[in-house]
Amino acid sequence: MCTARRRSPWLFHMNSGSCNGCDIEIVAALSPRYDAEQLGVLLQGSPRHADILCVTGPVTRKAVGAVKTVYDQVPGPKAVIAIGSCPATTNVFIDSRTLEGPLDKHVPVDVYVPGCPPRPDAIIQGVAKAAEILAKRGNNPQNAEPVVTFVGEVQP
Amino acid sequence: MSYKIPMGPYHPGLEEPYKLDMICEGETVRDAELHIGFNFRNIEHLAETRNYFQVIALMERVCGICSFIHTLTLCQAMEKLANVEAPPRAKYIRVIMAELERLHSHVLWAGIASKLMGFKTMFMTCFALREKVMDVLQAISGNRVNYSMNCIGGVNRDVEDPTALLALIDDLEREMTRTVIPIFTTSSTARSRCAGIGVLTHEKAVSCAVVGPTARASGVNQDLRRDAPYAAYAEMQFEVPVEQAGDVRARLFVRALEIMESCRILRQALNNIPPGEISTGADKFAFVTGTATSRVEAPRGEVMYSVSWKEGSRNPARVHVRTPTFANMPAVRWMVRGARLADTPLIQASIDPCYSCTDR
Repeated sequence: MCTARRRSPWLFHMNSGSCNGCDIEIVAALSPRYDAEQLGVLLQGSPRHADILCVTGPVTRKAVGAVKTVYDQVPGPKAVIAIGSCPATTNVFIDSRTLEGPLDKHVPVDVYVPGCPPRPDAIIQGVAKAAEILAKRGNNPQNAEPVVTFVGEVQP
Repeated sequence: MSYKIPMGPYHPGLEEPYKLDMICEGETVRDAELHIGFNFRNIEHLAETRNYFQVIALMERVCGICSFIHTLTLCQAMEKLANVEAPPRAKYIRVIMAELERLHSHVLWAGIASKLMGFKTMFMTCFALREKVMDVLQAISGNRVNYSMNCIGGVNRDVEDPTALLALIDDLEREMTRTVIPIFTTSSTARSRCAGIGVLTHEKAVSCAVVGPTARASGVNQDLRRDAPYAAYAEMQFEVPVEQAGDVRARLFVRALEIMESCRILRQALNNIPPGEISTGADKFAFVTGTATSRVEAPRGEVMYSVSWKEGSRNPARVHVRTPTFANMPAVRWMVRGARLADTPLIQASIDPCYSCTDR
């Protein structure tokens, strides 16, 4: 099972008020040029079928409830990727009164993919890292202690 | 006996969070209600707290698909208030970037529409083609999405070798005429999913005041690039494609023809780009009290910015944005009436909605 999760992670993409930039780059990562499907990555329509939750956007007030619900709907063990600078820091929208971000206030985040927006290569690297974390979590669905990882040069 | 089917806000058929409640009788949609606001980031208020450099970076992130258009419209409005004029070369670079953005947005739309038709091969073909446009955008600006090209009084980066990009444009046009357009116009899959679906009549298009390709597909002959030229569009030769049918297929045709016209504009702009400065070079601006508006034809239709300023202030007093989806959205209600439930995702996608622009 651990090998299967590492070799074929299924994603659910959730837009929590993003500007479409990161969302389009996720779709571009699945397109023939970058071809994330060679890693076994499949974009799923339902969070109940997914292993990895990809969140874009700075978590608006209207989306915060949905983010928590969707996180609970993903069956464990699971991993969360924050794609772009918005879910990590709320980016240029900082100080906005209608934002409840950043994302790690609400759900534990494992991998941060920084960038506005990140390149498709970086998104694929983030998914690969999340798949490794998922495999290490083993078969214990309760094991959701976040392993904070960054893609790229940025070190915590 | 009618019942309500909710679609969204987090639905696999939708790219963005919004909610469409369909009131159905059997398989037939009688009416639709739209709920938006899931993307509300309060950008217009945030703009009042940012100075005239920061506000450009902020407005670039209104929308990730037409980010250049938003800064172009904002900078044109601020140029009116600061009383500066962009040099001719900057205006040509603005045309080149705006047309490249139209190309990538229309090809992206074609990909998403074919995915909703259940035509996965075409989706992959469109996205492979889109990467070629992204290559050109990246060669000019260094970025794939948020280009940060515009500044007050010009652009930030020059097109170093315009003629080298012509080969890429030829390649793109060849690919469009050889694969994408023939498949969309002749394939029976595309025709059976699009023809006669989601009709918006000319009268309804006028009374809903729709803009952009949605209006042009319903026989409304309007295009700001020709009717109220900005940047260097007055010097370009191009046609405005207009279709009369008003269905999804007509919207597809209008966008396909616009891609060809964009290639034509790009070729003219790259060949005739004048030498000279790319910006006025000033980094301090004195704004006058007042309100300036600017209108630009974005890939989805008309974008209008209204910027108010108080003299001596570094921050704008008010930045108001009117986006094309805001105008096109109410027309969806008339398009889905009487349609089959399975066609509604394609019909609502046919206006190319962008809710992150609309909610802001």
